[in-house]
Amino acid sequence: MKVVIFSTCVVDLMFPNVGKAMVEVLERFGCETYMPMQQICCGQPTYNSGYIKTTKHVMHNEVDALLSVDADYIVGPAGSCVNMLKELPGHLQGEPAYQAKAQAVADKTYEFSQFVYRVLGIENAGAQLDAVATYHRSCHMTRLLGERVSPFALLDHVQDLKMVPLPHIENCCGFGGMFSMKEPEISKQMVDEKVNDVISTNASVLISCDPGCLMNIGGRFNRRGEKITIMHLAEVLNHNVDMSRVTYVDSKEGVLV
Amino acid sequence: MKTGMKTATMIRNSDHDFLTRVKESEADTFAQKAVAKAQDAQWVKREGAREELGNWEEWRNLGEQIRQHSVRYLPDYLEEFSDNVEKNGGHVFFAQTDVEARDFIVNLAKEKQVKNVVKSKSMVTSEIGIDKALLKIPGMNLLETDLAEFILQQDDWDEPTHLVFPALHKNRDQVREVFMKKLGYEGDNDPQHLARFARKVMRERFLKNEMSITGCNFAVADNGMINLDTNEGNADLCMAIPKIQVVCMGMERIVPGLKEAETMDNMLARSAVGQKITTYCTFTSKQVDGESDGPEEFYVVIIDNGRSNALGTDFEPILQCIRCASCLNVCPIYRHIGGHGYGSIYPGPVGSVLSPVLQGNYDDFADLPYACSLCAACTATCPVKIPLHKLLIKHREIEMDDLHQSKLIDDVVMRVVGLGTGHSSLFRTALGMDHAMLAPLTKNQPETAENLYSNDKHLEWMPFVFGGWTKVRDLPDPPAHSKNFRSWFHTHEPVAADPKVAQHTAQREKEIKAEGKA
Repeated sequence: MKVVIFSTCVVDLMFPNVGKAMVEVLERFGCETYMPMQQICCGQPTYNSGYIKTTKHVMHNEVDALLSVDADYIVGPAGSCVNMLKELPGHLQGEPAYQAKAQAVADKTYEFSQFVYRVLGIENAGAQLDAVATYHRSCHMTRLLGERVSPFALLDHVQDLKMVPLPHIENCCGFGGMFSMKEPEISKQMVDEKVNDVISTNASVLISCDPGCLMNIGGRFNRRGEKITIMHLAEVLNHNVDMSRVTYVDSKEGVLV
Repeated sequence: MKTGMKTATMIRNSDHDFLTRVKESEADTFAQKAVAKAQDAQWVKREGAREELGNWEEWRNLGEQIRQHSVRYLPDYLEEFSDNVEKNGGHVFFAQTDVEARDFIVNLAKEKQVKNVVKSKSMVTSEIGIDKALLKIPGMNLLETDLAEFILQQDDWDEPTHLVFPALHKNRDQVREVFMKKLGYEGDNDPQHLARFARKVMRERFLKNEMSITGCNFAVADNGMINLDTNEGNADLCMAIPKIQVVCMGMERIVPGLKEAETMDNMLARSAVGQKITTYCTFTSKQVDGESDGPEEFYVVIIDNGRSNALGTDFEPILQCIRCASCLNVCPIYRHIGGHGYGSIYPGPVGSVLSPVLQGNYDDFADLPYACSLCAACTATCPVKIPLHKLLIKHREIEMDDLHQSKLIDDVVMRVVGLGTGHSSLFRTALGMDHAMLAPLTKNQPETAENLYSNDKHLEWMPFVFGGWTKVRDLPDPPAHSKNFRSWFHTHEPVAADPKVAQHTAQREKEIKAEGKA
């Protein structure tokens, strides 16, 4: 299976480990990975800030970059950015040439956990992590992309990992892209509540499928001097892997929808 | 929005700027806790009530269709409704502005020599400032009869903080104090005792008043009736006792017929208070001959006040709103800044969309579209599927692209970000340089958030708009160019595929292609 890696600007700028983990997991599962270097960013930060005109060429660049390799799928490590790719055809209405290309991108793009669980049909990725962890369910991934199942299904099968529920799981962590920078006073209150909720679970690891949220919550943990380990789901699935543990989704449930 | 639009002039309810209001809200720890507690409790009740109904997403689709249809054919339904009110012996007044609406009601009160007015259940009367205008009439007595509004009135007209729970920010001790100071209450702080006392005060007033002013949940076009949903019954007493009733409604609060009203009532009660239906769900019009109660004179004031600014624009869906406030009850921003933080009589996500639309410009509400993390909880809960978070982006687009309202330096920074994320050569240069350029800002300190923040270095200060980030939290030190993801990908040796899993993947590929899904 040919897979284009949609790296996202946050992973490119900040978190090489997340990108590496995603690539290694996919390759181990038999995917050929491609990374078009022309790609940069889906355009979400400036688009959501109201700079719609300025963002058009960002979206054009990303669409051209992701289509520059003739692959079956585009896979990214961020629910929010993946959702933005899904929304691009709508944002590029009135530009027929790019809208059609954006549709082609949207049709074959998946968030990492979705791709592993729904497309590859893997439920136990063979990983092992001896820890108590809780999961931050990011807003765009759950509500806009509509993916509530895949990350939990995969985490449930990580050996020795005990998942504990996070209070107020539906509430935003206060990242919201540029919101975190433009409205730090409100954002601080939101991320503080999230940090307190995570602490209340006594989990030692916080897992999510959105590097942006993890950067926000982790950054606040660090500022407050509270101890936590922050992991992206790809890093969890790439941890102490033993391929003999891999199992597959055998029912139709959970398979490509 | 175009210039020269109709302008609602009285929806702003605070003289403080946005940041000051946010700080005031943060300092009010009681109100903050009350909001969070109410949100958590409402979550359970609301989701339970919706689940019990079943097929909630289908109900939402129906709710959206009914409201979209009503708004699309608004002139027709308003005309039909108006004709039917007149047929029933009532009167209709169309007010384009808050001034027109206010003047009509004030003149009516003067003409009828009214000295006692009771009010119930209306946000739109706040929009037109009717209370203060009526109280200027010499000898006028005016009483709010919704318990929460009654408390706020007694507390020197404190501003409401919620569409459905206006006095959410007050606790029982504060209420007791207000009642003692203003009404001579002598009892304890038991909510039941306080409510019983308020009821006694109100009952006496119901019996001697000449005019009532109520709001309107839905106006039913095909029979000219007004639908009110309440839990206290005070609106029913307002409608039953006085000879003159004035109904104030925003012009969009219309449904074609009773069937649609029933559907919307069902969805409203579940969304607003987590009930199947409110205790009182009343349909009314002018007293019919032979009836023992109800108004002898019945006036409906249909108020535009900037609503038509939305018609035919991207903001038209905001007119679908049924004021259930479930968007407030799920909003993480409302959770932390409360109703007073918004500075508008319409708080929360709906208020952030609606306030600039009603005002017709961004003079007072430029910050509101940014008081949102775009988490889309509001959009997901809205029973009539208003795409609230998308409408907030639309406001931002107008503010930035059309009106250039950004602070100069932030504007330049955002345009540079736009440039840098759109041209790969510029981005690659930035990727190569960020580590070196930011190096002087990094701090060598033990990291407590491990793994993602495990470079043993982080940033505590950033320039420009990015400073908002480091004001609150640390930023990881960006990796050196040679260590970033792209450089790694360029040189990495692909991990050997596990034969068994690779076989499964190849099989999946075949299956998917056979199903025509890839």
